[in-house]
Amino acid sequence: MSSPASQSSAALPFDLKGSVFTLSVMHLHRLNLEDIGLRLDEKVSQAPQFFASMPVVLDLGSLSGTATATDFVGLITLLREKGLVPVAARRGTESAQAAAVEAGLAILSDAPGGSRAHPREVSPPSESPTKAPDPTPAKAVTESADARNATRVVAQPVRSGQQIYAAGGDLIALRMVSAGAEILADGNIHVLGPLRGRALAGAQGDDTAHIICQSLEAELVSIAGRYRLFDEIDKSVLGQAVHIHLDGDRLVIDRI
Amino acid sequence: MAKIIVVTSGKGGVGKTTTAASFAVGLAQRGHKTVAVDFDVGLRNLDLIMGCERRVVYDFVNVINGEANLNQALIKDKRVENLYVLPASQTRDKEALTKEGVAKTLEELSKTFDFIVCDSPAGIEHGALMAMYYADEALIVTNPEVSSVRDSDRILGILASKSRRAEEVEEPVREHLIITRYAPERVSEGEMLGMDDIIEILGVPLLGVIPESQAVLNSSNAGTPVILTEDSDAGQAYTDLVARFLGDEREHRFLTAEKKGFMRRWFGG
Repeated sequence: MSSPASQSSAALPFDLKGSVFTLSVMHLHRLNLEDIGLRLDEKVSQAPQFFASMPVVLDLGSLSGTATATDFVGLITLLREKGLVPVAARRGTESAQAAAVEAGLAILSDAPGGSRAHPREVSPPSESPTKAPDPTPAKAVTESADARNATRVVAQPVRSGQQIYAAGGDLIALRMVSAGAEILADGNIHVLGPLRGRALAGAQGDDTAHIICQSLEAELVSIAGRYRLFDEIDKSVLGQAVHIHLDGDRLVIDRI
Repeated sequence: MAKIIVVTSGKGGVGKTTTAASFAVGLAQRGHKTVAVDFDVGLRNLDLIMGCERRVVYDFVNVINGEANLNQALIKDKRVENLYVLPASQTRDKEALTKEGVAKTLEELSKTFDFIVCDSPAGIEHGALMAMYYADEALIVTNPEVSSVRDSDRILGILASKSRRAEEVEEPVREHLIITRYAPERVSEGEMLGMDDIIEILGVPLLGVIPESQAVLNSSNAGTPVILTEDSDAGQAYTDLVARFLGDEREHRFLTAEKKGFMRRWFGG
């Protein structure tokens, strides 16, 4: 008889390991299935592929009224009909959590660093910069300290067709950003090679964000939704090292 | 262990198959056992350029499906030692190239060959992804015009993110730039992008420039890879390119417009 410990891991039917995932969270306010259904249809129709089989966590923190297991079963059925896969619930009252468990959901406890994952609207990646999400200035300022931890450094050239998004922080591109490529950051953007594609800083509405690049040849630059196209960029700054920031509502491009 | 090299471009008609054929011939001429694999299932061309289209019995898809073994499908070149062609299937579609099937075939080829040259189909769909997925090095074929350069940039991005080396976080695929159909006189007249501009946009080291040449068309029609037309400019440019790939120092040639002499201009030389 061999003890489990003496077996090689390949011989075991499975290994159980911990892992960290980014999941979309649905913040529930009211358990009105009809309203939820309508709102979902609206969201899903914008980008059906983005939402297909997307796992979601139900946040019960701001749920008003009582919720029974039957309510959750109805909600789960509705979400599944729309192509989403509800996997767990979090926060909320004890009775709401118990009802969610009864309906077959797991409960996610808030990790100590859980507040880092600040709530923000999930939008399809193709959303155009002109419709950048509403600015949330207060939030952006209080969380800027956190964001500094989340700087994303891209060592490879960003090529046409690629999109890189630094969620919750700054983006540093060490090489070129090609025409047809798009880089986005909730914080600042630095490009050490030529910037020929699109660069969108303050993607969640932080109007204190900056874009700094060594050679401005961009198709579009945007800060907190205020954007400028290549044709509208002053010819004297093209190909120059520049600092781009907002002055009130106006996008300012200064040579460095 | 063989080195797997993909010849790719994104855009069609820029000279991928011409380059793959001449490159494979050049490697074999230098004594390396080489196989050229056609990944363009449904639009097979490599066999035509290599002049072995009448000798195709079994193809790549037959091998993947287990309907033939590799030795039955490989066609030995009649002109050059050490050179073989694995033709694509003309009657299937690209979905026939499964990841597992391609992996198994390349693995088997790796046992006997030094170089495996994969001729990619145009586009960024399944066939092209399969051709580049297992690559160690990539030859990016570009014409001196903006749409071709843009498409090459796109392909470089896919190589950097979707190849096996990228997925398994190994050393990235080594990239080489090849500019084909280069016409120096049209560059100097501003009708074509210059070599330096292309290198600047793509940021990839240049392996060779192949001049626009009637010899390429003639060779294709005759089923002879242009590198074998030794007196042609394009043939010589490919020979230089292969030498550079293997580590030789060779100066880039055919980069400036040839000044026609008085007599040649007079007689339309």
